[in-house]
Amino acid sequence: MKNKFIIILFYIFFIEPSAAEINNLESKIFKNLRCIVCQGQSIAESNSDFAQTIKIVVRDKIDQGDNEKEIYEFLAEKYGEWIIYKPKFNYVNSLLWFSPYIVLVFGGLLIFKYLRRGKH
Amino acid sequence: MLSNLGNILLLGSILITLSIIYFAYQNIKEKNILIGKNLVYLSFFQITFIISSFLLLIFAFVFSDFSLLAVYQNSHTAKPIFYKIAGVWGNHEGSLLLWVNIMVIFSFLFFLFNYKFNKNYSLNTLLVQNILILGFLIFLISNSNPFFKILPIPSEGLGLNPILQDPALAIHPPLLYLGFVGSSIYFSAAMAAILSNSNGKNFASSIKVWVLISWSFQSLGIIVGSIWAYYELGWGGFWFWDPVENASLIPWFCMTALAHSVLVLEKRNYLYNWVLILSIITFISSVTGTFLVRSGILNSVHTFANDPARGMYILIFLSLMIFFSFVIFFKRKINDNFYLEPISKETFILSNNWFMMFYLATVFIGTIYPIFTQVLYDTKISVGPPFYNSVIAPIIIPFLIMMAIGPRLNWIKQKYNDFKSLIFILILSCVINFLIFSFLKSYNLLSNLIIISSLFLILYSLKDFIINSKTKSYYNLPSFLSHTGFGVLMLFIILNHNFSKEYDLNIKVGETKKIDNIEIKFEDLKIEKRENYNAIIGNFNILDLKKNYRKNLNPEIRIYNNPQTLTFESAIKTNLQQDLYLTMSNIDGSDFYNVKFQIKPFMLWIWLAALLTASGGLLRTFLKK
Amino acid sequence: MKISFPKIISISLVVFVLIVFFLALNIDKRYSTEKIVGKSVDDFEIKFLNNKEVFKKQDLTNDKYHLINIWASWCLPCRKEHPILMTLKKENKLKIIGINFKDKKLNANNFLRELGNPYDFSLSDKDGTKSILFGVYGIPESILIDKKHKIISKFIGPLNVKDSKDILQLVNEK
Repeated sequence: MKNKFIIILFYIFFIEPSAAEINNLESKIFKNLRCIVCQGQSIAESNSDFAQTIKIVVRDKIDQGDNEKEIYEFLAEKYGEWIIYKPKFNYVNSLLWFSPYIVLVFGGLLIFKYLRRGKH
Repeated sequence: MLSNLGNILLLGSILITLSIIYFAYQNIKEKNILIGKNLVYLSFFQITFIISSFLLLIFAFVFSDFSLLAVYQNSHTAKPIFYKIAGVWGNHEGSLLLWVNIMVIFSFLFFLFNYKFNKNYSLNTLLVQNILILGFLIFLISNSNPFFKILPIPSEGLGLNPILQDPALAIHPPLLYLGFVGSSIYFSAAMAAILSNSNGKNFASSIKVWVLISWSFQSLGIIVGSIWAYYELGWGGFWFWDPVENASLIPWFCMTALAHSVLVLEKRNYLYNWVLILSIITFISSVTGTFLVRSGILNSVHTFANDPARGMYILIFLSLMIFFSFVIFFKRKINDNFYLEPISKETFILSNNWFMMFYLATVFIGTIYPIFTQVLYDTKISVGPPFYNSVIAPIIIPFLIMMAIGPRLNWIKQKYNDFKSLIFILILSCVINFLIFSFLKSYNLLSNLIIISSLFLILYSLKDFIINSKTKSYYNLPSFLSHTGFGVLMLFIILNHNFSKEYDLNIKVGETKKIDNIEIKFEDLKIEKRENYNAIIGNFNILDLKKNYRKNLNPEIRIYNNPQTLTFESAIKTNLQQDLYLTMSNIDGSDFYNVKFQIKPFMLWIWLAALLTASGGLLRTFLKK
Repeated sequence: MKISFPKIISISLVVFVLIVFFLALNIDKRYSTEKIVGKSVDDFEIKFLNNKEVFKKQDLTNDKYHLINIWASWCLPCRKEHPILMTLKKENKLKIIGINFKDKKLNANNFLRELGNPYDFSLSDKDGTKSILFGVYGIPESILIDKKHKIISKFIGPLNVKDSKDILQLVNEK
């Protein structure tokens, strides 16, 4: 009985991504690419000629069996990192990815310090 | 003529501001307990002059006086009157005049409310605020003068960018300015509190109402801006993590943190240093945001007329402001000495500040990082929605949970004995989450957790509110509205994010296309002449075979005359469940039109929840204990 | 003023940010795809404009420079740069490859008949996807490739007299 309850709870908590997610790969990639001829639009949002072409290229690449990363690498080589909205994790971008969490941890420690003081 | 009058008013304002600074300084040095009457008069003159100059500019726009460069560049005789007025702040010069106006109005009102209570503190606030006002007035008159003349006088203006001719965008800047420019007053007050050795509690109660007012307007400004983006940009989204949007969000995080911690200072006399820091960085972040937007060092959807000289001026001003606030702040040697019980209102409010600083750091670093890589490594990167979503979304979960529990706790200390209802509500949230899931198919793990925690927040607040409403007064209503509103907002944003559908197709007039269960018919196309543009109107018929409804949607392509621009107007059908959203655009050299059809669930609820959140702040401002 | 650790950290951070802002004000923010310069050309297969055969990367010879020019009959600046291409045609150390971009065959041929054909190879990229290989985002664009098939220069927008001098200089080095 108890086990069953736990299983049900588990299901309620952790509903995993389904097949729909995989079909969304294309649109996920489009949303992560900047339409570089537009003002702050992604490829997914843009109607521009450039966006239409990139869409075809990305679809072709997916059909050829390229994965998400390979597609980004290909486009970044041609257009620079600028075209990708989610900066990849490397030496240059490490601070971008780390520093928010540094602030989070540091802030937590600071609050914790004040709490501890109360116990003395 | 008008130009001369405007310049006289501005010069007059500068002189008055200078004399306020002088007399305030003299008055502080004197031992006299009373505040000189002359300062009250001067403040009154100052507000009269500055408001007159603003009204004069409105007058110039309404009557299309093209002898002013700002009017010539941003207005047109054929423009509807509403947009003529909105054109006043739709450009750099006019918006800066509005900026100064708000600083002066806030200065005047703050002085009026406080000068009787604490002489030194009020005078110092007046002094610092007027130094800021002077800085912006000099900027205005030297480099961005809205009353700049052109000769010969053109007979017709260039017009306002049609994408800006929208009711939401017309009121968006004033709302936002009331928010982040308004924050200047507690920057000045914080400086004054340090300079005059003011008591923490008094400082907190004098700025509290201003923090709430600026927070509420900042929230409203952001909401209206998002609504505009949703309707006008035609991309189907309402938040793009664009640098300009971020620039309005960063001060909002500061204000939210401040609106909470100022309560701790008022009630418990804790966190004085921290409240001072927050008051200072709110306005500093506002000016930094303005610098980023106006100097053109960032690429963004919203293009202001960029000018490096302007950027330089704001940056120098910003640097000086930071320098002096550092010097003054570090002069203060008093360390706060206090301790907190883990389960107390103070601790939870502090945890709100903790999360706010995390969000702030994320958005700030994300916004300026591309500048850094470009300057230091000569590589250009983009930091876009996927970055912010992946960093911020997981940390929303603990935030929502804390937000649910915090308001139920007492000050100082509490033995938490409400575990039964906590567990019960948690399980209830999970069950509802499961029901939503089984009803609407899939979403992912992170969305699950955010939905559960936002449901937890909503249910917990509701339960508490119902119990309280039987016994206590309605003093907790504002925080209930804001917290619940925020929970609802998160819930619907996540649901919307997970269940939006998007179809992209090329279609000719008369054609019908079927995707999934949706049939889209392009019935016809007609051209209409309107007041200041021509519209190509498409008539689309949407048939949902599964849910069995039929809707007509009429997107437009508008060709504006002055200046000649093409805009794409989305057609939106709103109901309680979802928005149907359709945009069309012509494809050069073909009969086909590119059509984007989106089904966006719960859009109306997102707007309502956001407004509910903001309304809490306004209500608290006017609700007396 | 007492000097403490948090003070130093916060001051130096703020100073650093402000300095970067000052430097950023003077940087050219316009986007360019010149990052592609220095890289070797990817493998490609592009159809000819007027027959069914394809031109491959292997068809680039090792004894000449190649100028890849991406153009279309509907593009006005292309019309402007055309005389420059016609003069470059006379340089025999340089082969010019024209990629006709998102265009109709008839229009393209009319354009060449009217203004002259500077291209040693006339290729066609109907949907624009092949040009992505050369980092194109708006036409006209031209890419200069050396004998080892490395991209040595990229020209965005119509070629002008100065560009043509630069190209000739690069081609005639040693």
